Amino acid sequence: MALKHRHARWIPIAIGVLSAAFVAACSSPAAANVATAVLPTPVPPAALATLAPPKPAPAAADGPNVAIENFNYVAADLTVKAGTTVVWTNHDDVEHTVTASDNSFSSQSIPTDGQYSYTFNTPGTYSYFCAIHPFMTAKVIVQ
Amino acid sequence: MKSPIVSDEIDRRGFLKCMAWAGTGVVWTISGGILSSCSLPQAASNDPKTPGDFNFVQVSDSHIGFSNVPNQDVTATFQKAVAKVTSLPNKPAFLLHTGDVSHLSKPDQYDTVNQMLTGAKFDQVFYVPGEHDTFVDNGSAFLQRFGNGSVGNGWRSFDYKGVHFVGLVNVWNLKAGGFGVLGDDQLAWLKQDLDPLSASTPVVVYAHVPLWAVYPSWGWGTTDAEEALTLLRRFGSVTVLNGHIHQVLQKVEGNVTFHTAASTAFPQPAPGAGPAPGPLRVVPEQLLSSLGVRQVNYVAKAGAPVVVDAQLT
Repeated sequence: MALKHRHARWIPIAIGVLSAAFVAACSSPAAANVATAVLPTPVPPAALATLAPPKPAPAAADGPNVAIENFNYVAADLTVKAGTTVVWTNHDDVEHTVTASDNSFSSQSIPTDGQYSYTFNTPGTYSYFCAIHPFMTAKVIVQ
Repeated sequence: MKSPIVSDEIDRRGFLKCMAWAGTGVVWTISGGILSSCSLPQAASNDPKTPGDFNFVQVSDSHIGFSNVPNQDVTATFQKAVAKVTSLPNKPAFLLHTGDVSHLSKPDQYDTVNQMLTGAKFDQVFYVPGEHDTFVDNGSAFLQRFGNGSVGNGWRSFDYKGVHFVGLVNVWNLKAGGFGVLGDDQLAWLKQDLDPLSASTPVVVYAHVPLWAVYPSWGWGTTDAEEALTLLRRFGSVTVLNGHIHQVLQKVEGNVTFHTAASTAFPQPAPGAGPAPGPLRVVPEQLLSSLGVRQVNYVAKAGAPVVVDAQLT
C-alpha cells in the first residue's frame, strides 16, 4: 500500500510483503491516485514490530555527571567549579562523542555504557556537541 | 542567465520512474507521484558513451563495525545485500555506496566493504562518505581508500550513456547544532560542473545526508542544499539519491525527485517517531525485511531513471 500525503508531498514507498508478481502494459499515469504495491520493498519503520526499550539507566552517582540518553546530554547545562572533573556516561545503543564546539577537547567515540571524563581548570563557558550527531549540543559552565 | 529549456523527451510533470526489480517480474511507473505499471525495459549497447538503457545499484549505510540491537552481524547482512545484487540477471553498470560505509571510520571496516565489493566483481564502485566515515579523522582514511578520481573532499562527477552523475559530500566539517553541509568550495565546483550541460541531460545526484529537510531536529537535512538545488532546477530530470535515515522515502519537487535508501545494517524510526533517531529495535524475524538495496534502471526513451527498492529477504 502506498500513501500520499498531499500537503507534505511525501510518498512513503510501499509496504511490500505480498509475493504476487505481474507484468502489465503501461497504463495511464493519471489512472490511479493510490496504487497497490506488490514488490517486496523494505518495510517502513512504522510497520515494524520492535523489542522493548533497554532498561532505564541507573541513577547518576554523586558528582558532576552527564548522562547521554536518547541523543540528549542530561543535563544540557551543567555548572561546576574550576578544577572539577566531569564524567559523561553513554546510555544509548550507539556511540556518541563529547566534542568542544571550538575543538579544544574531544572524546573518542564513547560506546554503549562507556564513559569519558574531562577536567575543567579555567572558568568559562564550554559548548560541546556530538561529532557524529551534531544536532546534540550542550554546555558546561565553569565558575 | 540560462533559459530553462527542457527537452520534449523529458516528462516535465514529474519525474517518471518505472520500478523494476528483476526476479519479481514487476515493473512500476511513477509519474507525478502516481504509481502505474509498465513493460520491462530492454537492454542495449554496452558502450558507456552510447546513449541507451542501463541499470545501476545503490547500497547505503552498511555501518560495518556496528554490533548491537537489532543487528549483531552487519557484515552478514551486507554480504546478503551483495548477493542480492550479484543475482540480478541484468548486471549493473556500477554501484553507488551512499555513505556510512563504516561505523567508526576504522581502516579494517573499510577493508571489509572494499573486499566484499571487489570480490563480487562489480565493474566500478563509487563511494561518498557519511558522517560515520568522517567524524574521527575528518575522512582522511576514507579518502585514502575510496577517494581515487575524486576532487576536493571526495566529490566527483562522471557521465554514463548520456546521464550525468554527481557525487556530493555533505558530511565534512560538521558544526555543533548543524546538519549536513556542502560548503562554498563544493557549490562553486558544482556550478562549473553543471554549466556546460544542456537542460535535457538527465542528472543523477548522490550524497549521504538527504538534500531536503526530512526532519531538522534530528539533523536529517543539508543546510545549504537549496543552493545546489537552485543549480539543478533547470534540468528536465533530476534524481537525488541519499542514505543516512535508513528508510525509503520519496519526495517530488518539480522535476527533482528525492529518494532516501534503506540501510543494509539496521532501520531507523520514521521522522519524528519516538524520542531519538537511534537504531530501531526491530524484532529479529523482521530485520531482513527492514533492510534493502536499490536498483535504478535508466530507460533512454523515457528520459528518466527508474528506481526500485528491494528488501534483503
